[in-house]
Amino acid sequence: MSDTSQEKQVYLDYQATTPVDPKVLEAMLPYFQGTFGNPASRNHSFGWNAESAVDASRKSIAEAMGASAREIVFTSGATESNNLAILGVARMYKPKGKHIITCATEHKAILDPAQYLGKEGWEITILGVDANGHIDLDELRSAIREDTVLVSIMHGNNEIGTLHPIAEIGAICRAKGTLFHTDATQTLGKEEIHVQDMNIDLLSASAHKMYGPKGVGILYVRRRNPRVRLEPVQHGGGHERGARSGTLNVPGIVGFAKALELCLADREGEQKFVAGMRDRLQKRLTDALDHVHINGDENARLASNLNLSFAFVEGESMLMGMHGIAVSSGSACTSASLEPSYVLRALGVGDELAHSSIRFSVGRFTTEEEVDHAADLTIATVKKLREMSPLYEMAMEGIDLSTVQWSGH
Amino acid sequence: MVYSDKVIDHYENPRNVGSLDKNAADVGTGIVGAPECGDVMKLQIQVENGVIKEAKFKTFGCGSAIASSSLATEWLKGKTVEEATAIRNVDIVEELALPPVKIHCSVLAEDAIKQALADYKRKQENSNV
Repeated sequence: MSDTSQEKQVYLDYQATTPVDPKVLEAMLPYFQGTFGNPASRNHSFGWNAESAVDASRKSIAEAMGASAREIVFTSGATESNNLAILGVARMYKPKGKHIITCATEHKAILDPAQYLGKEGWEITILGVDANGHIDLDELRSAIREDTVLVSIMHGNNEIGTLHPIAEIGAICRAKGTLFHTDATQTLGKEEIHVQDMNIDLLSASAHKMYGPKGVGILYVRRRNPRVRLEPVQHGGGHERGARSGTLNVPGIVGFAKALELCLADREGEQKFVAGMRDRLQKRLTDALDHVHINGDENARLASNLNLSFAFVEGESMLMGMHGIAVSSGSACTSASLEPSYVLRALGVGDELAHSSIRFSVGRFTTEEEVDHAADLTIATVKKLREMSPLYEMAMEGIDLSTVQWSGH
Repeated sequence: MVYSDKVIDHYENPRNVGSLDKNAADVGTGIVGAPECGDVMKLQIQVENGVIKEAKFKTFGCGSAIASSSLATEWLKGKTVEEATAIRNVDIVEELALPPVKIHCSVLAEDAIKQALADYKRKQENSNV
């Protein structure tokens, strides 16, 4: 193990998770000890006080997206919310149909439950994406059938940052009479979201991507025009109007509401700040290095996201050289599956460039100094590794690597 | 991925990075792997009187792939062509304490050695005709 105690640690993995904002932590603390009651306890003040904290949080979260309090179901996080949306809708609407539409770059918490339904006899249409990560809206339109019960398309992609036009997708689904779910884990509190204006019927989000705590999420479930009904996935005490049994995570819920409130207090200002940091990093890297590819849509993109492929160097070896810089890679060597990123594959990015990809994501606490330090280290590492890359040498000699007969293994 | 100190040392201070003239009669070149698999190794040897005088590598791949090829060049130098054929991937695994998911890196290094030796032998046979 290399000695990390001397290294400057820079966190550029805000799309994986964010630190809890001190103001969020402060808001949560009373609910661990003083006001620790179970909101389901209806006969004493401990329960009532906890319940009123949950009610206030539910109301402020709902209002932030144009919803009403009764439309918010608290969960353990976006994975659970996505599972509840997909499985809950499918099981409730089984008499109506057996078809669900989603897209190839969705998070596994969408694709896996959909695939699971596929085994139960459901038909799953997985829309492909173009080189920037966008679905074809005409293809979506023609994919919706009489027996389609749900369309699930994420708002912002976690790897490449591409933003789907959810208002347009919502309008298409509404016109066709199909429910629309969106996974807004990367965008709630950052991008503009209004469930009425955008015709969103179900929406998943998580607190820990927006400076709140881990272990708490929401599923917005529309109650009017149309009323969406769910078959619960988790059974028990009938909490959350029966949609999700289990004692409520009161400090987490209070933290979610506070985190969202802080994000929205100056949403546009923060978006501008975050995009500024991202653009600074992008400019430093692309000015200093050639053969750098931007993965995703350079315009319709999460402000925090920068997904780059550094051709001719492998991602894991890059991470090894970038001491103290916390980022993610789409390289197979950094994943448990030993497969390169399926999201980059869906974009048609070749496997060799997928192996060379790094996702940087900046956030609220990122500084210019951190960006510059990370850029310097990244540039030095890429240059060093290209010096020892046979592919870079061949490319510099003018050999077209796609014409080489590789041996494989 | 938690690597052994030896892998980190080879990654930080790779031995014998570079290229030899692939057209020279006394140089054998082995290129193995594929970019879409995430690793490509180029390993070259220069032979004088049956002894490997120089060995160079260039590798596109993870830290273990770089370390495996770096170690291979260290081991090749000074060996006879005959002795070099005896280098096995398990020796590399053991020396670098590679985890199971990285064993293929050592296999690739052994393949690169074999190819470089075969390329050298082929050149020798052709020049003797």
